Amino acid sequence: MFSTEQSCWFIRKVICWRAAASVAWAVLLLPPITFVFVILSKFSFLHPIQTISECLYLLASASGIFSFILLCGVILIVGFLNLEYYTVIPTIACSKIALLGQLLHPRQFVNSLVHCIMGIIVAWCCAVTIGFRYETLGYPCTQSDGYPQMCLNEYHLILLLAGAFVGFSHSLLGVISNMNYVSFHTVQQYKYLRFKGSLPLVVKCSATQALYSVRNYIVVYLFLGYIPRAWICKTLNLHLDSSVHTLDSIAGLLDLSLLYHLWISATFLLLTWHITLLLFRIFVTEVYSFPVQSSFTEDSHQYLPKVLAEKQPKILKFLALQDLALLSQHSPSRRCEVFSLSQPGGHPHNWNAISKECLSLLTDLTQRLVAYHDTVATNGRAKSLPSGNERKTSSETSVTSGTEDLMSPRPTFVMKTPASVFARSIVGTPQSPLTALFTPDLDSPLASPALRRLTAPVEQCSPWYGTVQSPHIMRRAPKLWSTSTDSQVNGSPTPSPASVPSPKQEPSKPSFLAQFLQNRKEQVKNFLAKRVLIMYLFNKLPEASSQALFADSQAHIWALEGLSYLVQASFSEDQFGVVQTTLPSILSCMLVLQEAVDRHFKLPHASSKPVRSTSIMGDSTFKTMRFALRATLKTAIYRITTTFGDHLNAVQISAEHRKRLQQFLEYKE
Amino acid sequence: MCSLALFPPPLPSGQTTLCESNNELLFGASTEDRLKQDSSPLSLHFPRESLKLHSRTESSSKAAFLDHSETLWMRSAAAWRDGGFTGLLNEITNSHTEVPKWLSVSSGCILALLRWVSSFHGSLFPHLILSSEDMIAEFSQVLNWSDCVVRAFAWHPHTDKFAVALLDDSIKIYNPKSATTPTLKHRLQRSVAAVQWKPLCASALAVACQNCLLVWHVDPCSLSTRPSSGCAQVLSHPGHSPVISIAWSPSGSLLLSASPMDTAIMVWDVAAESCVPLQRIGGGGVNFLSWSPDGSHVLASTPSALFRVWETRMWTCERWPCVKGRCQSGCWSPDGSRLLFSVQGEMVIYALTFTDTPAGVPTSTSKGPQAAAVVADLSETTFNTPDGDIIVGGEIQSLAWDPRGERLAVLLQGDPQAADRPAIIAVFKTRTNPIFELLPCGFVQGEAGAEPRLMQFHPSFQHGALLTVCWSNGRITHVPFYFLSAGVPHFGLSGSPLLPHPQQRPADFANQSLFTELIS
Repeated sequence: MFSTEQSCWFIRKVICWRAAASVAWAVLLLPPITFVFVILSKFSFLHPIQTISECLYLLASASGIFSFILLCGVILIVGFLNLEYYTVIPTIACSKIALLGQLLHPRQFVNSLVHCIMGIIVAWCCAVTIGFRYETLGYPCTQSDGYPQMCLNEYHLILLLAGAFVGFSHSLLGVISNMNYVSFHTVQQYKYLRFKGSLPLVVKCSATQALYSVRNYIVVYLFLGYIPRAWICKTLNLHLDSSVHTLDSIAGLLDLSLLYHLWISATFLLLTWHITLLLFRIFVTEVYSFPVQSSFTEDSHQYLPKVLAEKQPKILKFLALQDLALLSQHSPSRRCEVFSLSQPGGHPHNWNAISKECLSLLTDLTQRLVAYHDTVATNGRAKSLPSGNERKTSSETSVTSGTEDLMSPRPTFVMKTPASVFARSIVGTPQSPLTALFTPDLDSPLASPALRRLTAPVEQCSPWYGTVQSPHIMRRAPKLWSTSTDSQVNGSPTPSPASVPSPKQEPSKPSFLAQFLQNRKEQVKNFLAKRVLIMYLFNKLPEASSQALFADSQAHIWALEGLSYLVQASFSEDQFGVVQTTLPSILSCMLVLQEAVDRHFKLPHASSKPVRSTSIMGDSTFKTMRFALRATLKTAIYRITTTFGDHLNAVQISAEHRKRLQQFLEYKE
Repeated sequence: MCSLALFPPPLPSGQTTLCESNNELLFGASTEDRLKQDSSPLSLHFPRESLKLHSRTESSSKAAFLDHSETLWMRSAAAWRDGGFTGLLNEITNSHTEVPKWLSVSSGCILALLRWVSSFHGSLFPHLILSSEDMIAEFSQVLNWSDCVVRAFAWHPHTDKFAVALLDDSIKIYNPKSATTPTLKHRLQRSVAAVQWKPLCASALAVACQNCLLVWHVDPCSLSTRPSSGCAQVLSHPGHSPVISIAWSPSGSLLLSASPMDTAIMVWDVAAESCVPLQRIGGGGVNFLSWSPDGSHVLASTPSALFRVWETRMWTCERWPCVKGRCQSGCWSPDGSRLLFSVQGEMVIYALTFTDTPAGVPTSTSKGPQAAAVVADLSETTFNTPDGDIIVGGEIQSLAWDPRGERLAVLLQGDPQAADRPAIIAVFKTRTNPIFELLPCGFVQGEAGAEPRLMQFHPSFQHGALLTVCWSNGRITHVPFYFLSAGVPHFGLSGSPLLPHPQQRPADFANQSLFTELIS
């Protein structure tokens, strides 16, 4: 397929190299970090010189070199996992059960397992480097009967298990705090400066996270430590030294030196992994400059207008939009290429392609917001979340024709439903129909789309079609879609009234089966709603659905910035007036989006600020994305109105939009 | 080079500057001026008596309550909360009767050690030992900030609307088109050092406070006179206080803040409430920020004899060491190609010219000049007036350049002790294209006994330039400079005023030596 080939082009030629470079830097940084770790783990105030010479000796020894090679291997695997699991659109769990589903997903399970094993490897290296009582798993001892045998060194075991525990908790925390989410910075800086700026924070974050992990680990080991110990003894035929008391007691664990070594090892482990992740983020989000104009046809897929229109991979689209936003802001010569006409024919192909793609992104967001707003009751409880809809349809495609999902005018929407937490795997996971069925917000006054689909399986429309046809939206529809038809670009037919069975037919339609199902569902729901645990698991997290709605809004922000800067620059730089032809649609698209965003922020929880996340590694940019989008949207409209001023009165737009625009011209928004 | 000797003499006392018209400054007597100005909605007067000041600080209210003995643990926790580590040590050292001897002695030793280290640090950067109020007064662009009724002033960049921060830590917003004047008060809004409106936005106002940065969202259509503190976003970062200077990017997307205590400039993404520190070693802090109108450069001066010019594409900086003192103030030409700045301890204005590399290079970093040129000499000059000799000149408090690049206002510090050395505003005529020129225009003076404290040009005045001056008696006046500009600021070919000259004026100018500089 053509598009997959192109995406391969970008992933193969750019992303992979960037990931490789980040891993290479992480490996290069490993020796100094290891050295600091060795010094800190073996330092004694009484013999500072001796410590340093010992450390140097250790680093040059065979075991030191071997463990260093192992650590390099771990970094390579971490780098590979980063590349495999990263995402530019965060996956936001809308309820506790969705989060649980994320944690128990096979893909995530593999991830946790690998992290556990890597944790053990790193802990083994730490044990070897720290030396003295941690060095080996077994040691010769004499039992009471005087017969020599191998005994278990519990200090070694506790360190290894600590590594496994920290690795496991790191991977779990990674899911909860979206650590695989790669956010783009608003401030462009050189890679070295960015790294230098975030390094102290990463060190601090690793140290605190290690502290918490070790605390949890100690509690776990205190109660459950005997299980792995007995297992290891049994499998390796080791014995417990009866002269040494065991470590899973309060007295055994209250050993400051042991705690210090556990903590410093966990910090070392987390620090190397975090630095690898940080470098990966810095390298991957680096600006990539796409050429604007194609001079040769064979590599035309690498040019900005073409790349912008790509759906997959997301990183390519994001980098292209970032490049567009930057070029429109900083680079007059590249702007000039955007405004230029094609040589034979004189068509503004570049501008047309760019503006079309940006407008379709914005229209897409508008439709998503309108659909969401209609599904949400006034009391703020989601009646049937769009994501819920999506799940139902995905679990239902076997029943219906199956093609209609592809006809959905919002293909990006699939990317961000909670069911698609495993964005790169198949959407239909075993628990998604379950979730859909047991979600207690199916009490919509409208028949739920799923049911309607059962009753009328031949209906050809988008999955969220039923909700859009509510009288509420029909009343408003002319206003909201007055301009969206000309900017419908992805070729999907908008639901036209002709293909809709009129609402009058509906009451006669529901069969006995449907009513039976409806009653059953009500009963099941009422039954389940009384159970506290179920309620806890299935309750929607406040503002999570709002966050999920704006999860990929970085793209919209760049589209808005790119468009508005280009329009601003066109005032003086556009020689052929190519921008003027699209100015009305740009303005009305932005105004419609502005209206939709304003309405969204009137919903409860939408305007409440999220709590500040303390961890630096779990990037929480997506939590405030909606605020950023709102601010950018307003600024973008103001940028156009201040540049054009009263000339905007000559632009053909509807009276309602003109009124809105007048507000902006008078600085009253 | 332009010097003060070329200026027309200052007005006799009792006369105030009204406006500039036909290339000369017109003045009038205070009484008729007052009548005229009171009718104008934007001229304001804040008498000091009308402000309800804080009678005492919150900590001093302790004296009003009975002494109440708490356990050592409670006191230690409170000390930790209020004063941090040093507070805790202090508490332990002071309550030596209750704690073991070794503990109080050792904490006393640590405290002494900390003080010794911090005194060493303070001797390196003397400003670090100032209290935050004194620090703001030291580095503010406002003359004599601590005694000033109007502590900060900001015009909205697009409309006729301005915000005034007063001595009682409240901010009032005046808009001639609306009857309501919202008053902004917030628990954290203490010792406001600067306010600035967000460009390309109607409502957002950033306020630099003692401990944090506030961004108010004041709905222009709202009828409320007291917006709740829920309308304000609080942006704070540990170690970044007092915030003394703020600068919005001209595109409205980013906000910079600076504190003399923090060597890093914070770049805020206000919507996300996140910040990126731009750390550079050296200088001991940042006390003044100015973003060039075209958004390409930022001036950041430090309390030591060093300032930096940041390039905003990739956020790299050039270091500019000064010889004598710190960079006190600076301003950019409208096209962002020329920076004028003044240095503490020197009585001249310097200029730096930045020429961009050929446009279109993706990583376009601009190549800076090699050295700063002196463009104006403001050393003390004696004028003979009917009231006696007046000495004008001296160090510069702040610089302001009007958005068209045709008038440059310079606030001279004067000497508060000497009556014959008043603080005064000197206005120059400037043109930037095709060559940079500086011509004398005149002095702006207020009522008798009123000193200028703060000044700002209106960002979008139609008929020329409008200078707003806040005076020491709490009055805010506006001095318009009527002239015709040859074009839009960015494309202006020549800034020469086209008003008909009176017959004798050209002759006056003919024998004056002008500062000119050819663009290479």
